[in-house]
Amino acid sequence: MEKLIKILKRYKIFILLFAINLIILFLYPSIGKKSMELSLKNTFEMLSVIPPIFILLGLLDVWVKRETMVKYMGEGSGFIGIILAFFIGSAAAGPLYAAFPVAGVLLKKGSKLSNVFIMLGAWSTTKIPLLLFEASSMGVKFTLLRLVLDLFGIGIIAYFTERLLAKDERKEIYTKALNQ
Amino acid sequence: MVTALYIIATIALFASFLKSKDKTMLSLKKAWKSFENILPQFLSILVIIGVMLAILTPEQISHLVGSGSGWLGVIIAAIIGSITLIPGFVAFPLSAALLQNGAGYMQIAAFISTLMMVGIVTLPVEMKYFGRKATITRNVSAFVFSLVVAFVMGVVM
Repeated sequence: MEKLIKILKRYKIFILLFAINLIILFLYPSIGKKSMELSLKNTFEMLSVIPPIFILLGLLDVWVKRETMVKYMGEGSGFIGIILAFFIGSAAAGPLYAAFPVAGVLLKKGSKLSNVFIMLGAWSTTKIPLLLFEASSMGVKFTLLRLVLDLFGIGIIAYFTERLLAKDERKEIYTKALNQ
Repeated sequence: MVTALYIIATIALFASFLKSKDKTMLSLKKAWKSFENILPQFLSILVIIGVMLAILTPEQISHLVGSGSGWLGVIIAAIIGSITLIPGFVAFPLSAALLQNGAGYMQIAAFISTLMMVGIVTLPVEMKYFGRKATITRNVSAFVFSLVVAFVMGVVM
């Protein structure tokens, strides 16, 4: 019983949202039905990309030593760290919110904050299959121009976000990652 | 790419299993734990996206961000992109269709850019990992950057 309450507590927002969706379904059947269908479709899409991401994440967590991560992506990892961060993000699949747990593990293992932001930036905008798809529907010129702008943008945003955080605020992010 | 990820994950899992059975089990346990940890938020996001996309149809978006809509249209497009979460494989054909239906390059660039970089619905998840300040800073700067992208696109395209 206690366990059930704990689960209900954790899922309360989801349950509330689901109830709202049911109310919409009752009051506006066409919108409600469409939104249920879209949610279901998105759930399947999420479930199809998420298993390998989390399996790799678990393996990374167990096998990669903290010292190794610090060396390649930590403070002083320089250019290699940036390239690695871009690579991890660009080679990924799945929506941006799937990137946050990955970011969590990178932080836990001692990756530099700006490199984690670069990974997030790359995950959101320079994913390779998505770029190919973009080129086919929006044209090569549009895609390349956006890519070049984004490469600068990702770097600037990562640098800026890290810079704006005070030392203890950065520390808190690492503590959060350790407690995940 | 998803297939490639599955192949890589399978190979990695197999190699790990050959090296140490215990560590592999531990890593799977960790994988499940980090998934279960974030699952309530994931599910909430999925419901929100569903309702949002059911209400906000392509026709409505097209109406709001026509090429004559100027900077106001750019701002509206950027806001729509920030609050919606449309997968890329839907967003690009949608954008191409919007362009054909009279939306401008500037507005579409703002829409695509914020769609990918800014996530209002996912703010709670992001804050769970990065805290309030870093999350807001990242999203606000991504929003501003998207307006810059829109401006450059408007000049070049």
